[in-house]
Amino acid sequence: MATPRQVDRPLSPHLQIYRFTITMAMSIIHRITGFGLYLGTMVLAWWLIAAATGPDAYAVFLGVANSWVGKLVLFGFTWALVHHLLSGIRYFFWDEAKAFDIKTADAMSWLAALGGVALTVLVWVAAIVLRGVM
Amino acid sequence: MSKNDMRTPKAKISYLGSARSGTGDHALQRATALALAPLAIFFIVSVVALAGAEYETARAYLANPLVSILFIALIGVVVIHMRIGVKIIIEDYVHGAMLKHFTLIANSFFSFAIGLACIYAVLKIGFSS
Repeated sequence: MATPRQVDRPLSPHLQIYRFTITMAMSIIHRITGFGLYLGTMVLAWWLIAAATGPDAYAVFLGVANSWVGKLVLFGFTWALVHHLLSGIRYFFWDEAKAFDIKTADAMSWLAALGGVALTVLVWVAAIVLRGVM
Repeated sequence: MSKNDMRTPKAKISYLGSARSGTGDHALQRATALALAPLAIFFIVSVVALAGAEYETARAYLANPLVSILFIALIGVVVIHMRIGVKIIIEDYVHGAMLKHFTLIANSFFSFAIGLACIYAVLKIGFSS
């Protein structure tokens, strides 16, 4: 019986073979933040329904929102929203076949990634500073 | 495929993958994204202003007609945008006709239910103030 010939065939590139690029990472994060926001709409619905129901229901919502877990979820929601927004702007350029060269695409992606984190912190600082003012 | 099969070729492949209808979703996803950019900024500013606000303050703000209208616009556009977004995720990662059908329908149910609940709540606040 003949043994099969050993041939070193090239492997098709897959996730763990691709070199890391910021555009690739941002593509994945865009999807993850989008899905996170999808689930996060339940928090928005809860907030609005609580406000429509009455003071007691609203107090329950505020109690959970002000807890550690609540703050963590809301912080994550803020980041997901800000990140998804900034990251999404890039697609408007790419749809018009602009900014496709690697340097520009990379720069836009880094700007969106870092800008997302910076704006999230800024939003929370603003919320904490303004708290009690309004 | 039996000879007596009365299903059309289109019916057999509908919703099982690419049916050359992706550009419609794409265009709608970009149009809703364009509308959501300013609406999301409005939403973030609103929530920052209301952070930790008491019941009466939050209600008074949401009951302002302009705020109500912008919230309803935001929610309506979000429903379209998030439904398409998750539809694409399902089409990419969920395999098997039955599971794919089920998750796509569940996605629609969830999206529209969220939209209905949010819009009803905003209207109730607006009309009862």
